[in-house]
Amino acid sequence: MKLQSWGRFPTVDGTLHTPGSMQEMRSLLQPQSTFNGIARGLGRSYGDSALADQVIRSTRLDHFQGFNPETGMLRCSAGTSLADILRHFAPQGWFLPVLPGTRFVTVGGAIASDVHGKNHHLDGTFGTHIDSLRLMLANGDIVECSRISNPRLFHATCGGMGLTGIIVDATLHLVRVPGSAVMQKTLRAESLEDVMALFEANAESTYSVAWIDCLARGSAMGRSLLYLGDHAHDNRFSAPRQGRLTVPVSAPSLLLNRHTMHLFNSLYFKRPIKASERIEPGSYFFPLDGISNWNRLYGKKGFLQYQFVVPTQGAQQAIAKVLQRTSTAGKGSFLSVLKKFGAGNNNLLSFPMHGYTLAMDFKWERNLFPLLDELDAIVLDHGGRLYLAKDARMSEQSFKRGYPRWEEFASIRAEYQADTRFNSLQSRRLGL
Amino acid sequence: MSKNILIIGAGSAIAAATARLYAEQHCRLYLTARNEEHLALQKEDLLLRGAVEVNYSLLDANSFDEHDAILERAAETLGRIDIVLICHGSLPDQSKCEADFQLALQEINTNAVSVISLVTRIANRFVAQRSGCIAVVTSVAGDRGRQSNYVYGSAKGMVSIFLQGLRGRLLRSNVQVVDIRPGFVDTPMTAAFAKGPLWSSPKQIAQSIVRGILHKRHTVYAPGYWRIIMFVVRSIPEIIFKRLKF
Repeated sequence: MKLQSWGRFPTVDGTLHTPGSMQEMRSLLQPQSTFNGIARGLGRSYGDSALADQVIRSTRLDHFQGFNPETGMLRCSAGTSLADILRHFAPQGWFLPVLPGTRFVTVGGAIASDVHGKNHHLDGTFGTHIDSLRLMLANGDIVECSRISNPRLFHATCGGMGLTGIIVDATLHLVRVPGSAVMQKTLRAESLEDVMALFEANAESTYSVAWIDCLARGSAMGRSLLYLGDHAHDNRFSAPRQGRLTVPVSAPSLLLNRHTMHLFNSLYFKRPIKASERIEPGSYFFPLDGISNWNRLYGKKGFLQYQFVVPTQGAQQAIAKVLQRTSTAGKGSFLSVLKKFGAGNNNLLSFPMHGYTLAMDFKWERNLFPLLDELDAIVLDHGGRLYLAKDARMSEQSFKRGYPRWEEFASIRAEYQADTRFNSLQSRRLGL
Repeated sequence: MSKNILIIGAGSAIAAATARLYAEQHCRLYLTARNEEHLALQKEDLLLRGAVEVNYSLLDANSFDEHDAILERAAETLGRIDIVLICHGSLPDQSKCEADFQLALQEINTNAVSVISLVTRIANRFVAQRSGCIAVVTSVAGDRGRQSNYVYGSAKGMVSIFLQGLRGRLLRSNVQVVDIRPGFVDTPMTAAFAKGPLWSSPKQIAQSIVRGILHKRHTVYAPGYWRIIMFVVRSIPEIIFKRLKF
């Protein structure tokens, strides 16, 4: 059947297995089986990291296994979605310490991509809050991994894009919050320099994220709206609400072009902003989840998400060069997001590093790939790298340059024979 | 809102999703299925999602001689049973069944006869109790015999007609009989099919089931638009329909 991920590019013809039990999953990996493919959760990665000829979908193994209300430790199967966790535990005053931009990802996926949220500078990545996980290896054996037990495998698996084995379950920390809603402060920044200064000045806000107008030129380049947030101290707890909007069919790709985007960006940047307001958790953390299948707005061909990080030193120049290049090419999106990262961690292929990350959507069209290659060069020359969970086309050299610990990762893979069973379109492209 | 619910075929994707919805309503659940490992996993999960109590027994629905004992055990454990949801079933390989009657018979047993065995006993229990709701997952396939799946369709249709008659009989005993007819659902049973826009998730069906039982509906098409589709399908004159290959 046709398989694709969130960016709807590329599409592959593959076999999708959805095991309903450990036995079923193990039987897919028995010695006689020819399985060679990758695990998949809810398919929210943008590129080809969850695509292969054979895919094992984890979504039927989505059980809560145990919860300790004293410590907030939750053990659950890897196919459990963050949405499900929030739905049950948020109303009781709990929260996930790290949340990516959508709640429709599985715990396994969140670990495999070592996802980050709007609070990375204070709270790190999703993997930071995983106590331990169990991994099914290439031969079907299940091993426990943590910072104490099989630590090398643990640090390879968090951020390892499913390439070390199949995560079967994990124990994670939920945290108590004073209220589920977020008190949001919005600040307008007239330029890139301005927004970066504002990020630095507001580092004590728990959450921070900037929407950046990546089509603005000249002195207005990098103008942004910075959204700062902290949990409301109002003892009111609720789960993110279900959105009712959906994009039922793919939009014609003409709808999104240089002119409409430019118009949208100008209007959005100038919109009246409330200095401070209370935002429901769904709207603050997952604004796009409210529109089902929003990826269809980019048309049938889909789109490419491009997210990179550059270290703090030289970040402004690097980002300015990227913005300049993108706006001269007339390509860009209205969903461009700038975030500040704190220090990186020990997970071998984890994306964040101390610096700034910019994420852009590009409509799939001619001349896009050469442009992105140019952007890669800018990013890498500044000591940065691209996010694997969003990548659909990065070259092997770019990957290896950006992730110097790839060799250690490859050797751990070989040690556990993971390279004989677990390969995605992305891993083959990147030479892993 | 807390009810005592017996779910037969709890290993089915639709049953599992429905059990979760009832767990959130803090119900007391009794599950039967064939896989003990999975039942144990479900029990923990349902308790964490809010179920007040969860117990289970192993049952292969085709073991008719075990039906009385299972119902007895469920009734003892739950006290009074409020709702019974029957979800077990299998999707036959139509062409193999055409060639081999024994296989067809087995499928008819699984999808129709075993259901009738259970429903007969439950109905008598509920009549004595003077309350209760019997909900059975049949299928839109039972609405009309189609070339591509008539072994399945006729088995499900048999159950629907049985439930229809039973409904009338049980009316005066204050017992509801709900016939749930899902359309195309993305479950392990349909893993081999390519999915398209008319496909639903088990969770959507579960929501239809819970709503249908709550509102005391007699026939629930899940999702609701299948009612219109099947109306059209049933209306096509046989002279044309017999020529259609679907």
